[in-house]
Amino acid sequence: MTYEFLVASAIGVLVAGGIFLALRARTFQVVLGLTLISYAVNLFLFASGRLVVGRPPIWDKAVAEYTDPLPQALALTAIVITFGMTAFVVILSLRSFLETGSDHVDGDTVPCDAQDGLGGNKGGGDQP
Amino acid sequence: MILAEHLPVLPVAIPALAAPFALLVMRRRRALGVGIALTSCLAMLGAALALMARVIDGTIISYAMGDWPAPFGIVLVADRLAAMMLVLTATLALIALLHAVVTRADRKGWHFHPLFQFQLMGLNGAFLTGDLFNLFVFFEVLLIASYGLMLHGQGSARLKAGVQYVVVNLVGSSVFLIALGLLYSLTGTLNMADMGLRVAEIAPADQGLLRIAALLLVSVFALKAAVAPLHLWLARTYAVSTPAVAALFAIMTKVGVYSIIRVVPQVFGDGAGAAAWVPAPYLLPAAIVSAVIGFAGVFVARSLSEQAAYAVVGSTGTLLIAVAGWTPESLGAALYYLVHSTIAAAALFLVADVVARRRRGYGDSASPGADFADRQGAGLLFMVAAIAVCGLPPLSGFIGKLLILKSLAPLPDWGAGWTVILVTTFIGVIGFARVGSAVFWKAAAAEPQQPVPGTSRADFAAPVIALALLVALSVGAGWASAYANAAAAQVLDPTQSAAVVLLQGGAS
Repeated sequence: MTYEFLVASAIGVLVAGGIFLALRARTFQVVLGLTLISYAVNLFLFASGRLVVGRPPIWDKAVAEYTDPLPQALALTAIVITFGMTAFVVILSLRSFLETGSDHVDGDTVPCDAQDGLGGNKGGGDQP
Repeated sequence: MILAEHLPVLPVAIPALAAPFALLVMRRRRALGVGIALTSCLAMLGAALALMARVIDGTIISYAMGDWPAPFGIVLVADRLAAMMLVLTATLALIALLHAVVTRADRKGWHFHPLFQFQLMGLNGAFLTGDLFNLFVFFEVLLIASYGLMLHGQGSARLKAGVQYVVVNLVGSSVFLIALGLLYSLTGTLNMADMGLRVAEIAPADQGLLRIAALLLVSVFALKAAVAPLHLWLARTYAVSTPAVAALFAIMTKVGVYSIIRVVPQVFGDGAGAAAWVPAPYLLPAAIVSAVIGFAGVFVARSLSEQAAYAVVGSTGTLLIAVAGWTPESLGAALYYLVHSTIAAAALFLVADVVARRRRGYGDSASPGADFADRQGAGLLFMVAAIAVCGLPPLSGFIGKLLILKSLAPLPDWGAGWTVILVTTFIGVIGFARVGSAVFWKAAAAEPQQPVPGTSRADFAAPVIALALLVALSVGAGWASAYANAAAAQVLDPTQSAAVVLLQGGAS
């Protein structure tokens, strides 16, 4: 139970945090959310070959039991792709912010900033 | 013949080689780079046609990458459906590339041609692969290239839409990976044919997981296909893309449709036990809603390119209404309509560009503006393209919709499909008539309109070719629909391809 529970709950927490952040309005938070989701997905892919401790993934005469090597290759591919995509989306949102003057995911300048100002005036104070 | 043996890998290998070459020579010799891109597209068309000639009699070619046997290595599988999609991709690519070169849209940024080639590599790979993880990789290849192409030309409107497009697709990729992880942990394989066989042996306790995996996978494909609740990214993205790019993107939604057609019968078909046809009941309502939304969007669109983007959503919905029947007849009709709707939507994007390039100050907005050069010619092109997209006679859209209606008739829930297809066609006709009369008939105050410098009638070429292809598709409808029906029958009988893929892998 221990390992499985730990990994499963870690994936669950990562996905929950990722979804929450991805639904935020600012691109920075959305990028962080996507990163969290991709961590969770990589862990999930890794776990899809079952969790085995201390077994080699490569054939060896002396060993009788193995861990599944394929999910490791899949996770590696997924890591490379998500890493590249994260770099791209960071640059894209920076570029979008510099060009449009807004880091709102909808690209709206006025309503978003006005709302923030309103929230601050009402004494919400949730945005530092 | 060594080349004939390696024919299935050519549609992937040609653009993969052409892209870096084009990148290298573009800096110094622009014309050479354009030449490489055009040659690559022509070679791809040749390879696709050769492949089609090989598989037209019903043979299925399985190509083991690196000669690793099938369930362990990656295979490319060429059958009638794959060959058809490859020919369609190569044809569309040639039209879009021609338009980009003629209108000099490719000069607005540095890397148009290499990105274009990588996009084609991803498309071709997705149509050929017989491995589910490899499908994910090719999806990523085509998406990454499409991000670059979509942002080609820059501008704040593109950047705004680009952020949404990229974020939506990144979430889609994550969901795709989760579905793949589930399927791998349940079946222990990623080869589609092998998975189709092993899915039947899954323990009853794991059936719930299998259903979740199936639904997640199909929802990712639905996201790519822009099916109803997941269509919101499309209109904005396509409407602001460079028109030549948007014309190529017309096939990107069809990649999602293709994946649904390919994966559902093969993996979650009759042999899947309790999980058989799990995604099927959700497909028809989603398709109906997206057809309605798409053509309603055509009705209210504020510009020609936005209208074309909504036409893509609507035609995908119409297409999936037929796919959701899952009979050989309805799937065959759907495949015929797929070819038609892809080319028709591309033609509409190109016509929108032809108009936008000539109307100074108005662009392609659907409001009356000053008179512009070649108004009659552009209006005629728009009319033909609109007839094609709506599915009025005499063009192939009419034949396609007629085939779909005919194939739906024997099904129990034919009423909904018929109503929606007929009503949306009517709404689409009114929408196109409204926009067309505003743009081409009404003239605002008679301001003196100088012709926009640098426009010649050369940019009529690409849309005219696209519309001519639709005429050819209508004239050759007998042959084309026979081919589509044969392809549909082949897809719905996955045992044949499983035998070829797995046996060939074991033998070599």
